[in-house]
Amino acid sequence: MNGARDWRGLLFVAPFMLLYALILVFPLFRGLWLSLNRVDLFGDGRFVGAANYVRLANDPIFSTALLNTFKVTLMIVPVLTVLALLLALALNNAGRGAALLRGIFFSSAVLSVTIVTLIWRFVLAPDAGLLGEAWKAAGWQPLAFLSDPHLVLPALAITTIWWSLGLPMLLFLAGLQQIPHDMYEAAALDNASRWTTFRRITVPALRRTIVLVVMLQTAAQLQLFGQSQLLTAGGPSGASRTAVLFLFETAFGRWELGYASAAAEMLFLLILAVTLAQYWATGRGREASGAR
Amino acid sequence: MATLELSNIRKAYGGTPVLDDVSLSVAEREFIAFLGPSGSGKSTLLRIIAGLETLDAGEVRLGGERIDPLPPGRRGVAMVFQHYALYPHMSVRENMAFGLRNARVPREEIEARVAEAARVLEIEAQLDKKPAQMSGGQRQRVAIGRAIVKQPRLFLLDEPLSNLDAALRMRTRVELAQLRQRVDAAFIMVTHDQAEAMTLADRIVVMNDRRIQQVGAPMEIYSRPANTFVARFVGSPAMTLAPAALSDGEGPFARVRLASGAEVETRVPRAGLPAGDGLLLGLRPEMVSVTAPGAGTADAEVMLLERLGERTLVYARLAGGQDVTAEDKGDSPLRTGDRIGLRLDGAAAHLFGPDGAGHHAEAAR
Ligand SMILES: Nc1ncnc2c1ncn2[C@@H]1O[C@H](COP(=O)(O)OP(=O)(O)O)[C@@H](O)[C@H]1O
Ligand SMILES: [Mg+2]
Repeated sequence: MNGARDWRGLLFVAPFMLLYALILVFPLFRGLWLSLNRVDLFGDGRFVGAANYVRLANDPIFSTALLNTFKVTLMIVPVLTVLALLLALALNNAGRGAALLRGIFFSSAVLSVTIVTLIWRFVLAPDAGLLGEAWKAAGWQPLAFLSDPHLVLPALAITTIWWSLGLPMLLFLAGLQQIPHDMYEAAALDNASRWTTFRRITVPALRRTIVLVVMLQTAAQLQLFGQSQLLTAGGPSGASRTAVLFLFETAFGRWELGYASAAAEMLFLLILAVTLAQYWATGRGREASGAR
Repeated sequence: MATLELSNIRKAYGGTPVLDDVSLSVAEREFIAFLGPSGSGKSTLLRIIAGLETLDAGEVRLGGERIDPLPPGRRGVAMVFQHYALYPHMSVRENMAFGLRNARVPREEIEARVAEAARVLEIEAQLDKKPAQMSGGQRQRVAIGRAIVKQPRLFLLDEPLSNLDAALRMRTRVELAQLRQRVDAAFIMVTHDQAEAMTLADRIVVMNDRRIQQVGAPMEIYSRPANTFVARFVGSPAMTLAPAALSDGEGPFARVRLASGAEVETRVPRAGLPAGDGLLLGLRPEMVSVTAPGAGTADAEVMLLERLGERTLVYARLAGGQDVTAEDKGDSPLRTGDRIGLRLDGAAAHLFGPDGAGHHAEAAR
């Protein structure tokens, strides 16, 4: 291979690389630079070093937002993964009804967050909501999902799970289709119960998909924003404020762009760390169970 | 005593019949081969016995007990799948132990059986490997091992050799023959390879067109085919079937006349044959030899030669347009287009009635 040839090869990837640099790499570094400055709406600001980060570390609102984010992610991801897997198992057959149900369950994924929160506001509102009416019909005091600080994160989680179920379900369905049918026939001849078959045949075969779903969803839910903003605006008194909502309010509410950038960098590092930790943990798990 | 008893089994897939009134009785320790072209229902029948497929009508009994209502794991049968169907996430040892564990066999017993099977199959060194780390031949052994450890009353094998290369296939064939000597169980093997069926089976079940065409020992299938399908399907190259008419005569054996005018004296008893024409004369290549023109039963033209080394197959055409396959010595001097004579060995020839049923020479008995 000669140099000229290498250079011509680069031409093919150049459009992508340019776009990638323009909309991902540049903002990342621009953000990093911003986070080291005190910037407001008027002008470029001045360099303040790590001051924004120090302030962040001592900001109880930010730490509450981070904690909320992790809590709601922990509420969403396990339930979402298990639900999506169960749905996929139930709908993994060739029947017409199953195809219809697959479509219905996936359809929530194509709705915009605005519509999703609108729907769930109707369901969750204590005075006239669907759930409230049901509660009243049962003779109970309706739960104030959107105004009780202990219930608002679960409400956010339920809304998000309902909205996000489609894609993981689809991934699991694809994974299930990859399992050769004769594997199940061999298991039937091996006298395996349904539970044993699930545990020893299906789950190991879906391992990679499970890891993928958990990692994707964790990274996605740590950035949860729209539901929190539209359903409760972070309230009551910050009980449902997530990290990205904090970021949004700081940047576009108070126009503290440098401070918001510092928060964004922190969140980016946290997501990166969590994702890498998950990757590392599942990689080790695979080694322990013997490489395929 | 019969181990396996199939009676009047019917099966259709959505209105398309696949098996039609199939009955069969398998003796203890017998090795049966289901032989037939692709799509003849061999796998379906095997899977019905295994319980992987339901039947529309009929019964399956194993050791006197009716098993068709039982789930696959409760039938006392073991199956070796065409693509092995090993569990990819389990080691070889776990693959073999899985069924025993599900059946709550004590741990020491499981270990002993797995060790014994591994010893017999010479896969002791592979016990801790995953299937993906093994060659096709080794996986095949694991699949067989997984069946052996269950100590079933009946082994079911669906085209067990079809995924192996030629050399390995030969070796595995020998090993299968040895295996059935050692274990106290019956075997049913599905195959579309007649050489496999002929060498391994005690009896061959020839299937076609939803039905069992013939059941018999390999040589019986070969020398006394029940009908034209079996006659053409078993034996390679296929038997020549030439339209023939029964000649008048008084002898005990049938004398037939081919379209070319040639007359052949068979050893097939005249009694029992339908009168008139509509017969087919069946000639295997080894019953037709090459002579000088005019010296044989009929004259023919060489259309194609197939030199196999120890013998030469001669594809010739009789005057009436009938194609006949003959056999000549390995260093045959013939060339395509040569005029030759053919001597048809009527003493070994077969006759088939208009209904396709076979009539055979008494001497062959
Ligand atoms: N699950 C199925 N659904 C519909 N038709 C099937 C199914 N399995 C097999 N068949 C049909 O049944 C016939 C017999 O199939 P099979 O038993 O696999 O034949 P063989 O093993 O002799 O090649 C074929 O025509 C096949 O197309
Ligand atoms: Mg088959």
